[in-house]
Amino acid sequence: MIDYLLTRLFSALLVVVGVALVVFLLIHLVPGDPVDVMLGESARPADREALRTALGLDQALGRQLLDYFSGLARLDLGSSIYSRQPVSELLAARIPATLQLALAATVCALLIAIPLGLLAAVRRGEAWDWGAMSFSLVGLSIPNFWLGPVLVLVFSLWLGWTPVSGREASGSIILPAITLGTGFAAILARMVRSSLLEVLGEDYVRTARAKGLDEPRVVWRHAMRNAWLPVVTLLGLQLGALLGGAVVTEIVFDWPGVGSLLIEAIQKRDYPVVQGCVLFVSLVYVLVNTLTDLAYGVLDPRIRQGLD
Amino acid sequence: MTDPLLKIENLQTQLGDEQDPVRVVDGLDLAIHRGETFALLGESGCGKSMTALSMMRLLPPSGRVVEGDIEFGGTDLLWLSEQEMRQVRGGRMGMIFQEPMTSLNPVLKIGDQIAEAVRLHDRLRGSRVTKRVLELLDSVGIPDPVRRAREYPHQLSGGMKQRVMIAMALAGRPELLIADEPTTALDVTIQAQVLNLLKDLQRDSGMAVLLITHDLGIVAETADRLAVMYAGQIVETSDVSTFFQGPKHPYSRKLFESLPDSNKRDEKLAVIKGFVPSLKQQFTGCRFLQRCEESGDRCSREVPEWRQLNRRQGVRCLLYAEKPLVSKAKQDPQTTLHRTRKTSADPLLSVIDLKVHFPIHKGVLRRVVGHVRAVDGVDLQIPKGHTLALVGESGCGKTTVGKAILQLLKPTAGSARFEGDELTRLRGAALRKRRADMQIIFQDPMSSMNPRMLVGDIIAEGMQAQKMGTKPQQAWRVNQLLQQVGLSEEAAGRYPHEFSGGQRQRICVARALAVQPKLIICDEPTSALDVSVQAQILNLLKELQHELDLSYLFITHNISVVSYLADEVAVMYLGRIVEQGRVESVLNSPAHPYTQALLSAVPVPDPDHQRDVIRLEGDMPSPANPPTGCHFHPRCPQASEQCRQAYPPQAELSRGQRVSCWLHTVGQ
Repeated sequence: MIDYLLTRLFSALLVVVGVALVVFLLIHLVPGDPVDVMLGESARPADREALRTALGLDQALGRQLLDYFSGLARLDLGSSIYSRQPVSELLAARIPATLQLALAATVCALLIAIPLGLLAAVRRGEAWDWGAMSFSLVGLSIPNFWLGPVLVLVFSLWLGWTPVSGREASGSIILPAITLGTGFAAILARMVRSSLLEVLGEDYVRTARAKGLDEPRVVWRHAMRNAWLPVVTLLGLQLGALLGGAVVTEIVFDWPGVGSLLIEAIQKRDYPVVQGCVLFVSLVYVLVNTLTDLAYGVLDPRIRQGLD
Repeated sequence: MTDPLLKIENLQTQLGDEQDPVRVVDGLDLAIHRGETFALLGESGCGKSMTALSMMRLLPPSGRVVEGDIEFGGTDLLWLSEQEMRQVRGGRMGMIFQEPMTSLNPVLKIGDQIAEAVRLHDRLRGSRVTKRVLELLDSVGIPDPVRRAREYPHQLSGGMKQRVMIAMALAGRPELLIADEPTTALDVTIQAQVLNLLKDLQRDSGMAVLLITHDLGIVAETADRLAVMYAGQIVETSDVSTFFQGPKHPYSRKLFESLPDSNKRDEKLAVIKGFVPSLKQQFTGCRFLQRCEESGDRCSREVPEWRQLNRRQGVRCLLYAEKPLVSKAKQDPQTTLHRTRKTSADPLLSVIDLKVHFPIHKGVLRRVVGHVRAVDGVDLQIPKGHTLALVGESGCGKTTVGKAILQLLKPTAGSARFEGDELTRLRGAALRKRRADMQIIFQDPMSSMNPRMLVGDIIAEGMQAQKMGTKPQQAWRVNQLLQQVGLSEEAAGRYPHEFSGGQRQRICVARALAVQPKLIICDEPTSALDVSVQAQILNLLKELQHELDLSYLFITHNISVVSYLADEVAVMYLGRIVEQGRVESVLNSPAHPYTQALLSAVPVPDPDHQRDVIRLEGDMPSPANPPTGCHFHPRCPQASEQCRQAYPPQAELSRGQRVSCWLHTVGQ
């Protein structure tokens, strides 16, 4: 297990360094002069020089790279061109909101997807299955920019149960979490169903039944335990995406997360902030996927013991 | 006679669509008495497993029992509620399955899986559950039960897993144990262990066993009574000794005749023509009619009724007259094979000290920490037109030898010369060209063909790769090949899934022949087939060898196939050949203790045959960490101090028989 853990962490570290390098090069990949892109053609030469120095673009590339990585080591991601605030502070202010929304949406998705997928698999071909999969199809088809406003219209404006937007009021998390969670739940439910269906056809499920176990125990203890792997894989991928900022939903609900920070920064061409956001999103992806790999080890003793 | 423990009357089980069902079990009657072993014998698809699953009421979702009674110890199982049935399942009626590898839950500990059954049927709690689990593991002969109970299935060998399955079934103290092909997936020495265990357990507990099998040898050795199933019905029941003296039904007789053995070497094996009929139809005559060589007019008009011939024997056949068990093939000169006069000229293939080692990587940096010595110094020679059988149990490295010869795997060391040409040094175009001379046939014909390619294209692909002839010439050759392997030309325009298992293997043979090879490596080509189909493929391979002067490297674990087909045999154990020589000498007077044990473990289809199984303890060790000295010494009944210290040199016995064993190197 320790061996497995170290191997996974080591390869995660490699990916992180690679990602940081790509993010560093981002600014140099912009066609033309990045300063032109940020300030526009009409800017005064003095301003250009000031920005160039502030961004360190006047240094040699090797020097810039060194500064960049030593900055990273100190969690120094540079400062916003506009507000002059350190990027790390801007990010730190937004991360809790993103984290809260991602987790709430995931919980919401799991609460819907697992019972739905289970039911569909166990009652395969019956009305339950058909109903659950129809719901899933609808959930997959509805875009968040439509679902969000509709939920606001119904629950906030008509019924007045929830706040319209923002994060301050109590209960403000509910609608964004549902908006994000619905699509997520739809994919997850399908995965739970197909994975469970496959496992239900396995020989050891027949063994469990031949033992005289009742159906709930056969499904939950024997089948579901083996069905988790693909579900966890998908969960990891989706959770990574959510933590990276659910851009559309954050904008619809005016949710102060990393996603909306990124959009603002892109609109203002605030490169240090864009770089910081991209780096954060990538790190979260790597982290979540590493955790997913570690979860495999917990779920499956064969992986844990390095066999298979 | 007392009331039977289990009595099945007119059982009818259907699968699929209710309007157009498949009648997998169609009017089955059966009685099993307390304490006896009753064998249900038949080829795949005849309804054996469906009968068992009907009894457990564990049919697949599309299956249902539509008619009949299953009376078990006084209760009719078909009338029980699902909840009551769960008490029976795993309680009074236990079941073990064919595939121990996949029948245990991979993510739960062995002990927990058994404990589940104990809690359910023994109503024990707390530490007494653990105690009972350990007792059960001990009773099925698992050493160190405390440690094993905490392990996961993948940490156990196949034989051990089947023991765990048995322990689980025993937890409910069953009156009837259903064993569905319990040893088919196991090696023969492990099979002997498991069958023996079942026998011991039965003697101690007095439970009855319903043994489902296709192996006449196992029936002869373990069963008291038997029933032969064909197309959803029982066609014959008998006690074992009467049956083996003279089976009554033409189908039962055919099963015997199609078994390969050394006495039939110079003749074709009997085959059952045609296929099992579709079970969707309503029969107006005998189900075996199309395939029976003895059928008369009545057989097509009249559905045969069950005839109880005497207290011991019954048969479902209109011409049940006693006939001695002689093969028709023997009397028919047409079917005798003219054996080629085989002269041992220069070897076609000569393998010297072949080694294939796979590195084991470990840790963060994937350092190589050791090697799996899958093949560890193998010498082989195959003369033109000869068959060399490579036998051994799973994991001994025999398949790896085949792949290394073909250069499908890069050998770590050693040489393989084909017509004097060193194969291990060939690269690129030269190697590709050589590939035409050496072809391979695999165990599973379905998975070795691309399901989306037409049969004609599959066969022609090799010719295209080797640039043999023009398109029309290739098409002509495909037709010719199809005829040669006994298929019609129209097969070329169809897909692999449209054929039966035996036909698919014929297609694979045609594909191999397409590039006019001189050597064919046959890797267990009949292991996935029923005996009657196996007979067809063996006949075909023999004919082709005679016609085309082919050489075969025949990789198998089936000793009777070896005795029928091979000229020479090499026995492999843990990556090395321990004994080789002419088939007659090795099989009749095996010199190596492993060969002796292997041969003694093969069940013989003759209940009067008294054999002493040389019981091997434990499993084959890992090739990553072979024992010091002779690899076989930890399991060898005759091992001495010398065997523990050094690997024995090869000793030459009479008639070219060579053996690597210290017992035979005295005086050297």
